[in-house]
Amino acid sequence: MTLAPPAEVGQAGRFGPYGGRYVPETLVAALEELATLYDGVRADETFWGEYHALLHDVVGRPSLLSEAPRFSARVGARVLLKREDLNHTGAHKINNTIGQALLARRMGKPRIIAETGAGQHGVATATICARFGLECVVYMGAEDVERQALNVFRMRLLGATVVPVESGTRTLKDATNEALRDWVTNVESTHYIIGSVVGPDPFPRMVRDFQSVIGTEARRQVLERLGRLPDQVVACVGGGSNAMGIFAGFRDDGDVALVGVEAAGEGVASGHHSATLTAGRPGVLHGALSYLLQDPSGQVAPAHSVSAGLDYPGVGPEHAWLRDTGRVAYAAVDDATALRAFRDFARDEGIIPALETAHAIGWIAEARARGRQEDVVLLCLSGRGDKDVAHVAALLDGAV
Amino acid sequence: MTSLSESRLARTWADLRGTGRSALIPYLTAGFPDPATSVAALRAAARHADILEVGVPFSDPVADGPTIQRSTFQALAHGVSLPETLELIKDARLDVPVVLFSYFNPVLQFGLDRLLERAAALGLAGLLLTDLPAGADSEVERAVRASPLDLIRLVAPTTRGARLDDAVRDAEGFIYLVARLGVTGASRELAAGLGESVARVRAATSLPVAVGFGISTADQARTVAGLAEGVVVGSAGVDALARGGVEALDRLLGELRTAMAPA
Repeated sequence: MTLAPPAEVGQAGRFGPYGGRYVPETLVAALEELATLYDGVRADETFWGEYHALLHDVVGRPSLLSEAPRFSARVGARVLLKREDLNHTGAHKINNTIGQALLARRMGKPRIIAETGAGQHGVATATICARFGLECVVYMGAEDVERQALNVFRMRLLGATVVPVESGTRTLKDATNEALRDWVTNVESTHYIIGSVVGPDPFPRMVRDFQSVIGTEARRQVLERLGRLPDQVVACVGGGSNAMGIFAGFRDDGDVALVGVEAAGEGVASGHHSATLTAGRPGVLHGALSYLLQDPSGQVAPAHSVSAGLDYPGVGPEHAWLRDTGRVAYAAVDDATALRAFRDFARDEGIIPALETAHAIGWIAEARARGRQEDVVLLCLSGRGDKDVAHVAALLDGAV
Repeated sequence: MTSLSESRLARTWADLRGTGRSALIPYLTAGFPDPATSVAALRAAARHADILEVGVPFSDPVADGPTIQRSTFQALAHGVSLPETLELIKDARLDVPVVLFSYFNPVLQFGLDRLLERAAALGLAGLLLTDLPAGADSEVERAVRASPLDLIRLVAPTTRGARLDDAVRDAEGFIYLVARLGVTGASRELAAGLGESVARVRAATSLPVAVGFGISTADQARTVAGLAEGVVVGSAGVDALARGGVEALDRLLGELRTAMAPA
């Protein structure tokens, strides 16, 4: 069992020029407290012991590495699946909420807030709050409340208060704004469990570290199974936490290609997409400098994706740096390709993936059309698609 | 570096000290409720104001409550962003010192140097960046300090100890003290402990202190005027403008002005 997270990347809360702490003054003290606490626990084996015990007990880790024989045959590569979909609550999000809930407990904060898009982070937060006996308030865009009704009900069952956010785009971006406003108001009693590798320092590096268990396990599992590393690691990118988590295990393996797949929505050229790293430019949103979808005067542009979890105009600042340095290649897959992958993967493998993950699957599925395929591809199967079934049924009009 | 002797805000504070009055500092969102009315509102506010804060609309105003959020979204719907804000300020031909109030991203996209140049040409007195706390970006801080504009700093109830020293160290013009935890917006009662917060800031800096967030009534304005050199009125004025137009804004600021007169 690994007790220590991977080595720190990024000085002073920056990844190259990206990251930072662009927040109202009211939050600065809380971020300093959190950063000091986190810097302290990084070398604290008791903390990581507790964290890993909970990952085992609550989540069921380590998660499996599975073969995908029929999908592999179709795409012409050996595709291995890192099964975050089998985690308790159905996605990778819970790895992070456990780490942050432990930090909240150490800070003596009895109240937790979170933002959520698809609802997976909200469910994961509500779950750990129930387990720890913490008050939980989840902000969710009103549009997402409609398209992810199942997860809304799950959160309420778990004792959380779900607040639909009607302002602005009524999706994840504005849910995050509202969570930040709550935090500014209640910062002395409240910890904000940000769900992705976004936000002001120390969130991006902290969430990455809590998700790096994905990559650490996967690297060991691939080596055990094949006696070699994969040629390529593929993950979907909205804010980018599952991708940062699995990439963290391979970033120092220069021969392993890393690919992040964003949502191209109705196509990057249509303007209706969430392909921040493909079509955005640097800007500041939600406390960090990173790539951003925005108009020429710096107003944040509405994102679009069929998948609520990718429907976000920003992206984690470390991804921005990995893009600029070329260590990770970023691509974008549109709604139609993702929906096709969602359906085909279910039939090939008996696994219904999350719509977010379906973007990464769609990218691998199209590799042959691009004329090149690697021998061994590791896919981060970041979540399961039960939450998406009703939404997809409506989109396909029952015509599966 | 702007020295106190030459800054436009410093002259305003010096004049006020002579009268024993506190400064009335209204905030208005540029372009709200529409560009033409916004110019009229700025001119009306300037008649009562000692210093005027003009807000640049931004799509994601995380420090603002519902009133200013709505004004911001409406201004954006009229196409008012940072370049248009500068035009509106120019059109209003204001004779009070103006502090430009903005989230950082519109400034970053416009170009900081370009903004400082334009703002100086327009005679703007100061710049306040809502989500750029002290220490967040030393290059930006250096550039603003090297310009004729004063760099206004926010201090919050959570800004204490060493952080307070950091927050005020390179501040210019005045300190904007956020009266309570939370976003902008009217509140029924002033925050308990406001006097202590003001005293804490005074112990850390000799700059004048202006208090904002939640001040909407004549009584509140009078109380705060007894504690601090400046009284910022934001959401209450924006709300008056939304409900009753320029006339209602004019009336509200007139009442506050009267309430703040020294006894």
